[in-house]
Amino acid sequence: MKIVVCVKQVPDIQSERSIADGRMVRGQDDVLNELDENALEAAVTLAEDLGGTVTALTMGPEGAGDALRRALQMGADDAVHVCDDRLAGADAVVTARVLGAAVRRIAGDGPVDLVVTGMATMDGLTSMVPTALATVLGLPAVTLAAEVECDGSTVRITRTIGEATEVYSAPLPALLSVTDQANEPRIPNFRTMMAAKKKPIATWDLGDLGLDDVTPAVAVVRAAPRPPRPAGTIITDTGDGGRRLAAYLLENRLV
Amino acid sequence: MIVQTLVILPGVLTTSHFEVLTAARSLGTVAVVSLGEPDVEVLARFGVDRVHVPDFDGHPLDPAVVADAAAGVIRESRPDAVLLASTFAGKAIAARLAVLFDGGAIVDVTGLRVDGARVIASKSVLAGTWETECEVTRGLPVFAVKPTSFEPVEAPGGAVAVVRVAAELSDAARAVTLEARVPRPESGRPALNEARVVVAGGRGLDGDFSLVEQLADALGGAVGATRVATDEGWIDHSAQIGQTGVTIAPKLYIGAGVSGAVHHTGGMRAAEVIVAINTDSEAPIFELADFGVVGDAAEVLAQAIEALRER
Repeated sequence: MKIVVCVKQVPDIQSERSIADGRMVRGQDDVLNELDENALEAAVTLAEDLGGTVTALTMGPEGAGDALRRALQMGADDAVHVCDDRLAGADAVVTARVLGAAVRRIAGDGPVDLVVTGMATMDGLTSMVPTALATVLGLPAVTLAAEVECDGSTVRITRTIGEATEVYSAPLPALLSVTDQANEPRIPNFRTMMAAKKKPIATWDLGDLGLDDVTPAVAVVRAAPRPPRPAGTIITDTGDGGRRLAAYLLENRLV
Repeated sequence: MIVQTLVILPGVLTTSHFEVLTAARSLGTVAVVSLGEPDVEVLARFGVDRVHVPDFDGHPLDPAVVADAAAGVIRESRPDAVLLASTFAGKAIAARLAVLFDGGAIVDVTGLRVDGARVIASKSVLAGTWETECEVTRGLPVFAVKPTSFEPVEAPGGAVAVVRVAAELSDAARAVTLEARVPRPESGRPALNEARVVVAGGRGLDGDFSLVEQLADALGGAVGATRVATDEGWIDHSAQIGQTGVTIAPKLYIGAGVSGAVHHTGGMRAAEVIVAINTDSEAPIFELADFGVVGDAAEVLAQAIEALRER
């Protein structure tokens, strides 16, 4: 079984994030998107259970290689970094087309059975790339999995988001996205970190993928930080905190 | 410019769908793709002039299935823009349509305006700390509208034409099988993403959501929670507010025993009024709060509920 996991290096959500020239400022406090750790865990577990290999794939500037190194430490066997200056400012559709072209090229060495992603990336948080990538590749998509089962020919998921708990299945090859409920990502240890240093990372540009026009369809016209909320009234409960809260709600016609 | 919009809606409509219809009407004309049997009287009240009803032949309405059916209607009717509600399913449908029509999708849209021949969408990003305006510069634009961003306004028009069409599904969409579906039990409360009032509980509740539920019911609101509270199993995962849960923008948010980690605040800081109760006066939630009580959540909630009952 051959699995490709898509990962992304993103600005740390605990850091001061900003936008300049319509693009997110990157490269300062960047980390592996935390939701991709669930994707990696799901992929590595499946490869361990069923036999097979895991290739970590990312698209991003040079620093994005760090996300791949983390993926290799978590158990991916090899990695592909699509790196090209023309991809700065890519939207979800362009990202999906580039990742799709990379998956096809990876499949040149043997068919890819499963493409695994996280539920979203913490930078754009659009949740669009998994479905867009499945569409580009013409694959069935089972998304937002809280539980995953796979026997090597079918992938079955349980989705708990939405109005119901649902069980979906699809024949392989397929695209799978997992939520942060799906598993507890492993933490690399000294041995896996040393082993990761020997694992290969291939770097491809758009020419390697046979892509030329990667103009995004979505443009940011204006971006500005939201003004800070005016300081509120903070009281300490000395026995009447609940009554004062109720009074605040009534005075402000919030009831 | 009058924008010809196509709105993707379920058969049974709730507030968030009326909001999308209102948003669409602010751009121009409104046609609908209805995923279930449409209520044409309701659609007429919101100024819809045509409703396309795909026959799914019993297929479960997975996002790929919905997008493929909508794609058939789009090819036929050639709208200028497609709108739908920004839910997890809505975002997936938007993504598939954007690829199929080599256009672009903007999700979590909080405002829309026409500027000459362009449609400009506003949305907040970076956990609600930045405001942006975006546009789709080529192909079909798809806008997923964030619930509670628009005030639903009726605008009765003429008769609604009903057009029944067969849904043409791709092999990839047909390949996904729904094996089981267990609906969530009805709480009788408004949906979390649509509610005008949300009372949320976190670690400081120590496992007991009963007072949060009582206050929510007293205010006619929904119940939400932090990641910790859902992970601990104190309340169903569907109640999770935050970047990986539900993003909300209610008129009133009350956080009880919520500290205000960025994972949670990214999902609620767009609330109009924020009220917080926490024992720790240094908790980051107080930086966002319009009104805060430093104290024990259970005691403050119990007294507030009693005071509201007495009024």
